[in-house]
Amino acid sequence: MTITSASVIRLTLLGLLGGLVQLSVVSQVTVFGVPADLSPLMAVAAGFIAGSMTGAVFGFCLGLFIDISLYRTLGVSSLVFTAVGYGAGRIRELRDPAHGLAPVAVGAAGTAVAAIGFTLLQFLLGVQAPVSLLLLREILLTVVLNTLLALPVYAIMRRALLPFLPEDPRRRRRRAYTTGGLSPISRV
Amino acid sequence: MHDRAVRRRRAVLLVLVTASLILLTAYFGETSDGRLHSAQRGALGALSPIQEGASRVLKPFRDLFGWFGDTIDAKDERDRAIKQRDDYYSQLVDAKNRLREAEQKAGLNDRDTTGGMAQFGPVDARVYMHSPSSWYQNLTINKGTDDGVRTGDPVINGAGLVGKVETATGGSAVVTLITNPEFATGGITSDSQEPGTVVPAVGALGDLLFKFVDEAKRVRQREIVYTAGTISSRLESRYPRGIPIGTIDRIDIGDGELDRRIHIKPAADLKRVDMVQVLTEPHADLEGK
Repeated sequence: MTITSASVIRLTLLGLLGGLVQLSVVSQVTVFGVPADLSPLMAVAAGFIAGSMTGAVFGFCLGLFIDISLYRTLGVSSLVFTAVGYGAGRIRELRDPAHGLAPVAVGAAGTAVAAIGFTLLQFLLGVQAPVSLLLLREILLTVVLNTLLALPVYAIMRRALLPFLPEDPRRRRRRAYTTGGLSPISRV
Repeated sequence: MHDRAVRRRRAVLLVLVTASLILLTAYFGETSDGRLHSAQRGALGALSPIQEGASRVLKPFRDLFGWFGDTIDAKDERDRAIKQRDDYYSQLVDAKNRLREAEQKAGLNDRDTTGGMAQFGPVDARVYMHSPSSWYQNLTINKGTDDGVRTGDPVINGAGLVGKVETATGGSAVVTLITNPEFATGGITSDSQEPGTVVPAVGALGDLLFKFVDEAKRVRQREIVYTAGTISSRLESRYPRGIPIGTIDRIDIGDGELDRRIHIKPAADLKRVDMVQVLTEPHADLEGK
């Protein structure tokens, strides 16, 4: 992604808006007693779309915003979302998965990593909580819910950042066909 | 060029992770009046109006999504409530059954002690099968020959006579109810002391008739009819004397004295019999004499 002031502003707005939606709406809607968590999905999407460095920075800032808003220990969410955003970016850079459902898989994996990482950090910080089936169930349900939401979040983020992304050869090819261009096969 | 990009990427990651760890350590180590806490409170104060406004703006969406979540949760809660209700219902049924059994058992004990039935070798039994047919009125109990129950033994409950043992096996017995068409026994009225024969009313299920009464006109409504016991030494009755059979319910007066029909309502509620006693020594009073 091309880093310009416009792209930074857009990413900032996306993070702010996403964080507010997460805190104001999504966190208060529970399915089977568990709310979805858009924050790791956004960090994953940022990394997957814009690369590892942008993903890490976006994850750090989003985590900081969440920690401040919820008056939690500063740095915990930042650390976790930095890792998640960076990891998603690295997957894109190393593997470049072209499948349409790749964001879903990466979103689910990112959510699982974030949930487990957050739990581990809480344990390391001395939070007295038993590793119960309830905790595992909550993590699992969050992963399931986030898996369902991964594709829409990715699509929104991608649409918002599209002007700053380099031209995708696949996309260019598709556009050529739909606007009347000849496919290589028909030319032959 | 590539190396520079890699180095920059790693450096950024290192900086961010370090910043996170420093933040975490510093925040965790300081008191609630520390700098980071104060900064967090300040940021929170600045952000709270935005969050509040966003919360108001996004309330319709929250309500919309909440509706879906609440619907799913409500369904879940409804299923739980139904299961809980069923559990309570089964507990209630169980408690009611136990209460009814206890009441019947108390009646039987009372009959043993104050009614003098203890001398007839009563054996407590539980009814575990009721005949589904109205025509063959019998029930099955969980005591049999192993417990001393024999064919022909009278069966009573706390209210009065229930029937007699039709047949008995090792661990169970079939009891014919007094309303069964094959039933008949001698009875005597409580006040007028008129003897007669108690038989089921044919065609009127659950109704008994008091027949062959010498002076039927002396019999009054609401008199209690008891088993007459053995009157003649040549014909021993199956039933000891003094077991209530029922109450004179109504008297149909015909053309003459012989047409008088005396109806008896059974003392025992034969539709709800759970605990009974089999009198295994029905002639104990005669042997005593």
